[in-house]
Amino acid sequence: MDFNDTPDQAKFRATCREWLEANAALKEGTSNAHGELSLENHLKTSKEWQKKKYDAGWAMLHWPKEYGGREATPIERIIWGQEEAKFNVPGGIFEIGLGMCGPVMMQYATEEQKNRYLAPMAEGKEIWCQLFSEPSAGSDVAGLRSKAEKDGDEWIINGQKVWTSGAHYSDFGILVVRHDPDIAKHKGLTFFFVDMKSPGITVKPIKQITGQAGSGSGFNEVYFDDVRIPDSQRLGKIGDGWKVAITTLMNERLAVGDARGSDIEEALTLSKTKDDAGEALIKNDAVRERLADWFCEANGLKYTKFRTISALSKGEAPGPEASITKIVSANKLQSIGNFGIDAGDMAGMLIDEDEGVSSFQGAWLGAPGLRIAGGTDEILRNVIAERVLGLPQDPRADKGLAFKDIPTKV
Amino acid sequence: MNLDFSDDQKYLQEEARKFFEKEGGLSNARKVMDQSQDADHELWNKIVELGWTAIRIPEAYEGLGLGHLELCVIAEELGRSLAPVPFSSSVYFFTEALIKYGSEEIKAELLPKLVSGEVVGTYAIAEDFHQATESNLQVASANNDLNGIKIAVPDAGLASHMVVVATSSQGAELRLVNLKDPSVTVSPQKNIDTSKAFFKVAFNNTPSQLLGQSGQGWEYIQHLLDQAAVLFAFEQVGGSQAALDMAKAYSLERFAFGRQIGSYQAIKHKLADMYIAITLAKSNCYYGAWALSAESSELSLAAATARVSSTKAFQLCSKENIQTHGGNGFTWEYDCHMFYKRSKVLSVLLGSEATWKEKLVANLEKTNTLVKE
Repeated sequence: MDFNDTPDQAKFRATCREWLEANAALKEGTSNAHGELSLENHLKTSKEWQKKKYDAGWAMLHWPKEYGGREATPIERIIWGQEEAKFNVPGGIFEIGLGMCGPVMMQYATEEQKNRYLAPMAEGKEIWCQLFSEPSAGSDVAGLRSKAEKDGDEWIINGQKVWTSGAHYSDFGILVVRHDPDIAKHKGLTFFFVDMKSPGITVKPIKQITGQAGSGSGFNEVYFDDVRIPDSQRLGKIGDGWKVAITTLMNERLAVGDARGSDIEEALTLSKTKDDAGEALIKNDAVRERLADWFCEANGLKYTKFRTISALSKGEAPGPEASITKIVSANKLQSIGNFGIDAGDMAGMLIDEDEGVSSFQGAWLGAPGLRIAGGTDEILRNVIAERVLGLPQDPRADKGLAFKDIPTKV
Repeated sequence: MNLDFSDDQKYLQEEARKFFEKEGGLSNARKVMDQSQDADHELWNKIVELGWTAIRIPEAYEGLGLGHLELCVIAEELGRSLAPVPFSSSVYFFTEALIKYGSEEIKAELLPKLVSGEVVGTYAIAEDFHQATESNLQVASANNDLNGIKIAVPDAGLASHMVVVATSSQGAELRLVNLKDPSVTVSPQKNIDTSKAFFKVAFNNTPSQLLGQSGQGWEYIQHLLDQAAVLFAFEQVGGSQAALDMAKAYSLERFAFGRQIGSYQAIKHKLADMYIAITLAKSNCYYGAWALSAESSELSLAAATARVSSTKAFQLCSKENIQTHGGNGFTWEYDCHMFYKRSKVLSVLLGSEATWKEKLVANLEKTNTLVKE
């Protein structure tokens, strides 16, 4: 039992480190100077960094060599991620493309399409997004209603997608739509990729409860108004849309969802430094109890991740333990954010004129969204109950019905 | 990165699990509970024969000379089966106290007998219904004689020896006592978990031997508590998992309103929360196991974290297992109450959850340990 790399892993880490040191600056503290850039500058620096990585072979570690990847093992991806995180580099905007869209293109696109699209995606020249969720299809995403109608060699798309990250700066997107409402829910879906500049597509940033729109997590509504997609951009067979979507979502799950933001360290620092009626806040027993609870959660998550990494490190399949990560971390974030605001007592609600929204306020405002994105708390509990514990699925009221006959209101 | 047990340790755990299953699983604890015994002597003798009491004892004293990790995997299985034996008192506490603080003479005399089973040890800290501190100890030693009363002493019925924390003119001392001495009175005390026995132990000019240095006894006991907390935490995780397994099995078999109760989200989410609590506790236990085996300076923090986390997990799992069973869960016949009671006993045995939370935060206060990698 130890926390050390194997000799091979240490060698790989040193190689990562050497390249990173030559090409980027180490972070100072926990700050990341790229967090405060305008969207335009963020895109520019992100694309430059991606290109640099691409040229040196660090852009998409897990991709096959034939598409410019390294065929890195999961543990090598983790090591790269750990090292890259220590440097002041931009990130985020290519994750959906490289993690979800790329693999689905590799599996379902033609050779010609792969040659056309994969390299620019990896190089950071073209950005991709994922168009799945709809206003009436969240947790039950297979209940989506956007329509695809065949017209010669083309499909005409009408409907609305929602919560599409980065749609406003994306060049392409992957899309699931309903081609047949007269058959069962999961059977009537078909999968495409689409040029986001196609006529009839309108992207509207969503103003979130944080007050942000277009920046931050960058969610959008995407409207399709008689958008024409060539049949050649269909991925998988007609009616295989759900199967293809599941492949994509499996790829998404490989990225462990840790809710980022204020954590126990910040709560602890605040408790040690913040005055509370003449004493440090940490002297308050109610505060001490909560610090103990958060530490147990944060530390438990850290070592849960270490257990997963340990399994990967030995070339074994990890256990299901990582399935608790998001549900625990997002709730902890909300609770710590709440505490940080409380620490300001009667004035806790105020936003600092110079500093803006504090990290605790940001955590508290953002946490409800994190408890929904990528699976609500309730869906994640279902996932644990069904896939980890082996309990039965809930009986479904839509079973055996044609999609159009599924009830949507009382 | 290798935060995992070795193949040999996993094999030992598998063997331990099979052993307890073969010996009748929970039926041993039930037998002790129904017949008001102090322990399952037969099961204990078999454990001694398997060599588990010898794990940590150096080879020079006829032991196996293994590390704490072997104890961790066995602890999880003891917890799963609620084994009614004095293993924790004798092995996690008494044996460790002798290895760490015993003189050469004491070690040469007693360690081989712990291997053979001739000696069984326990420990005594509590004296009243409040948190024991260095300054409120009443049991006192003077000229190697011990006087006073300890209560809630586990396993003193079967034990032949014990370590006692006592006050003296030099400050706290850790002292070794032979329970067979006529000056010692051991009397059983009733408790909420009758599958585990507790005793009042009275000393009347009882001869005792000093372990380590005079005045250091309180520090010693804190270190022994930290070590034991990690091992108990593994027991708590084992018990939590057993309670979840039991709840799951029942939820698949019981029908209500025409379907398995395990298909209702109310039950599914309850069980998912149990799984989440166990996973956090187990990961904190692995951290504790590492700190214990590496003799890390983080042991105190790691032990408190593992203990608080595992205490919460076992309490949640054992109480919600009863609720999942409905009325059946409230009967003596179903095993649910055995986990419920054991979880409560384990949650106070080394000091309450609040005591350990305080210990955890006191550690955070003085260190700059960060959670982030």
